Amino acid sequence: MIRHLILLINLIWATAATADTLRMAVTTSFHNSGLADVLLPAIQKDTGLDVHLLVVGTGQALRLGRAGDVDAVLVHARSAEDTFVSEGYGTHRREIMYNDFVLIGPQNDPAQIATQNTVTGAMTALAATRAPFVSRGDDSGTHKKEIALWVDAGLDPDAFGPWYRSVGAGMGASLNTAAGLNAYILSDRASWLNFANKSGLALLFSGDPTLFNQYAFLPVNSARHPHVRTEAVQRLEQWLTGPKAKSLINGFSIDGQNLFVFNAQNP
Amino acid sequence: MTEIWDGVRAAFWLVVQLDADLIDITLRSLHVSLTALVIACVIALPAGTWLAVRRFRFRRAAIATLNAFMGLPPVVVGLIVYLLLSRNGPFGVLGLLFTPTAMIIAQVIIITPLIMSITHQAMRELWAEYHDLLISLNTTRTQRIRTLLWDGRRALLTAALAGFGRAIGEVGAIIIVGGNIDQVTRVLTTAIALETSKGDFALALGLGFVLIGLSLMVNYLTHSLSQTERSGRW
Repeated sequence: MIRHLILLINLIWATAATADTLRMAVTTSFHNSGLADVLLPAIQKDTGLDVHLLVVGTGQALRLGRAGDVDAVLVHARSAEDTFVSEGYGTHRREIMYNDFVLIGPQNDPAQIATQNTVTGAMTALAATRAPFVSRGDDSGTHKKEIALWVDAGLDPDAFGPWYRSVGAGMGASLNTAAGLNAYILSDRASWLNFANKSGLALLFSGDPTLFNQYAFLPVNSARHPHVRTEAVQRLEQWLTGPKAKSLINGFSIDGQNLFVFNAQNP
Repeated sequence: MTEIWDGVRAAFWLVVQLDADLIDITLRSLHVSLTALVIACVIALPAGTWLAVRRFRFRRAAIATLNAFMGLPPVVVGLIVYLLLSRNGPFGVLGLLFTPTAMIIAQVIIITPLIMSITHQAMRELWAEYHDLLISLNTTRTQRIRTLLWDGRRALLTAALAGFGRAIGEVGAIIIVGGNIDQVTRVLTTAIALETSKGDFALALGLGFVLIGLSLMVNYLTHSLSQTERSGRW
């Protein structure tokens, strides 16, 4: 009995020595898609890097980068990224891949957005019908995109009535809420396809070029945060923009649908 | 209803197959919460007893504050620890944010008042009983505290188990300061939050049942080791 107990105590307090680690803040949509589970083991194998992922919204990911709590960020909100770099928090911005946003809603589609030709038309129809709509409300890339879509349609989300529900949660949690309320929601395609609790919801609108969703890699500036592991970040960037990443990202699919398109430029 | 059954089934298979990830996560949960418990006990048990024995001016206010801190909201504790440990914060140079150590710090802050308060309640009763004896024996304060701690050990066990229960089931603080990093700071509760956000309720529920089972096991183990509730003993 005592011997078992000692063994158990050893197991609990044993600490594994960590070799080459670096921290990267990534968006929930990137992680919920399942792509991270494919890329991380390959990164570990090829570069020996143990990448610790912090899965947060784009807004928080950039904040973590500003505070120097992570070594790099992988996010999708162009204007926020440009500010991050121009203010000197990041060294540069490197595009890695893209996917697209889709509009999800109840199968019977009360706002008839599936018949619309443009996303602006779809958003206008949603606001006109006042069908329940779930907004991420967490300052993430998807949330910023959704706001931009309303504004493009000449609408102001702040003025919307109770049909517009801001939940302040990650992609998966918001999809859960939408499923529970039988509401419309803007999601990235990958998170939607990988989402297990689709009950009653369906993909209703996609394909408008405005819904293009670019992911970019931003190393945190070591001039501001000397503890950042610049060398490891460089190795990671090289891998993420290299041929192995290309084949893995382009080959990643769920239910036979390709989710991401690799588009990193190599000089 | 089917989801609950799926959850039971998922839990069953996770345990039967001794899933490597599950064992890893469970051990990490124990590592964080038991370390926090040991540290909190070292602080709270003597401090709670001291509070029962010692008479001083702000005693009443101190006890009221302590009791209020029992309900300290974990999210707020998490946020404050996060800001303190962030690279921008006062302890940023230590680089502790998003490590198990940060989670332990947060849990110590959450459970110390709880253990201290329960200790104080129990020791106050005991002190009323032992007061005359210990005073007449002309004991020093340290001796009195030690006597009370030893003779009240069963009550202190309850205090410690209450602290453990709060720590192992806590998610608000550790998800903020730990960041829920796979293989590093992911514990049972944060894994449940993650699986729920993915809409994978069966796995989330399965992990939940494992968590409850773990809590039960720790309690049974403590009771059998300390030989409480045996015939002929109190």
